Amino acid sequence: MSSGPSGEAVARTPVLARILGAIAAMLLATCLSGCGAINRVPTLQEQAKSAWSEVQNQYQRRADLIPNLVETVKGYAQQEKDVLTSVVEARAKATSVKVDASTVSDPQKFKEFQDAQNQLSGALGRLLVTVERYPDLKSNQNFLALQSQLEGTENRIAVSRRDYIQAVQEYNTEVRTIPGRWIAAFLYPDAKPMETFTATPGAERPPNVKF
Amino acid sequence: MWRAGRGLALCVLFLACLPLLRWPALGAELDFPALSGRVVDAAGILGPEARTKLEEKLKAYEDKTSNQVVVATVPGLQGTTIEDYANRLFRHWQLGQKKANNGVLLVVAPNERKVRIEVGYGLEGALTDALSKVIITTAMAPRFKTGDFAGGIEAGVDAVLSILSGDAEEWHRRAEVRGDETSPVEIVMFVIILLVIIFLVSRMGRGRRGGFIIVPGPAPGGFGGGWSGGVSGGPSGGGFSGGGGSSGGGGASGDW
Repeated sequence: MSSGPSGEAVARTPVLARILGAIAAMLLATCLSGCGAINRVPTLQEQAKSAWSEVQNQYQRRADLIPNLVETVKGYAQQEKDVLTSVVEARAKATSVKVDASTVSDPQKFKEFQDAQNQLSGALGRLLVTVERYPDLKSNQNFLALQSQLEGTENRIAVSRRDYIQAVQEYNTEVRTIPGRWIAAFLYPDAKPMETFTATPGAERPPNVKF
Repeated sequence: MWRAGRGLALCVLFLACLPLLRWPALGAELDFPALSGRVVDAAGILGPEARTKLEEKLKAYEDKTSNQVVVATVPGLQGTTIEDYANRLFRHWQLGQKKANNGVLLVVAPNERKVRIEVGYGLEGALTDALSKVIITTAMAPRFKTGDFAGGIEAGVDAVLSILSGDAEEWHRRAEVRGDETSPVEIVMFVIILLVIIFLVSRMGRGRRGGFIIVPGPAPGGFGGGWSGGVSGGPSGGGFSGGGGSSGGGGASGDW
């Protein structure tokens, strides 16, 4: 009101420019989405995120199996206290690592998660080797069922990790190479490259369990 | 003028770059046998009679339930584990219907003396890891030990089909395992729900006639979630293919 007619005239130009800009952006967006380029960043990001939640799921599933497994082993091999304790501790540590959406784009947090899970894998591997010395336990049906569930879970972890690595590779390539990089910078500023698993010897494969 | 020219150049560059964005293959690809039927005997350990018998059994079962159960024998695992091989082969063949992921793949690698039952996402609840393991250790491995591959595979297939048909009781008893996570009631419910879903989907498919399922992304092979033998057109004589299903590593493996 106080700015008067001259102020309105000044204000009109940016509005016009903005409208033109919006139209141009819409045209560009339609053109690009026709080629599927503009949606690739968020699509791949969602795929990588869902692959990540599958990884978390499977690790959680493993953590859920452990108390039962430890109880069963305890009944037969109480003297193996050290191994059992290390499994329980590694599990507690792995489940205490806080994982949220930022974990995948934060190298430090991601490493923490991976290290804790690897440590648990190692402790579990040692437990299963120890079990070899207890024939009674090895023929216990409850233990066998738990063991096949654990094997299945380790395999699912391996598969979900493989899927995650693939999804992240695809997504990272998209946000680091040219068209996708620009699209991400302009339209999806929260699309950061994601961390991926580094292969640790023995961690890629499920612990080898012999009957 | 210069700005417009540059914008145009960028646009052209954009479009030129698009084909380069194809996702690069990760790791060395394995060499898989072609999905020539429901029994793919690449290792050549089954006689023609046993193969025909299995084929018929699996086809009848699929026509009834839409669950795709496929048997594969392979001459070698190409340096990877049976778990990894089976999962990749399962995904390569896209067993099970796309929406239901109701496939099961039984892989036998006679040279490595390994066997695996790989279960699609949709059947993990019925054919659990523990049950798969029981099938392998009690029905298959003992026969494989005596060199009876046809008998072992047939026993394994029978067990898988009977469990998927809701008859898990017998296998629970054989393992003397305290209840796994599924009860027979759940399996029966699951089968009923599955049948209802199949009924509804096949009706929908008939009404709309053709391509109502949108397949996201490239779907090599298969026919994007069509029901083989159903919407896809008549009995699947020679043209058997996967329905687009996937597996996340469910099932169990064993050796002998």
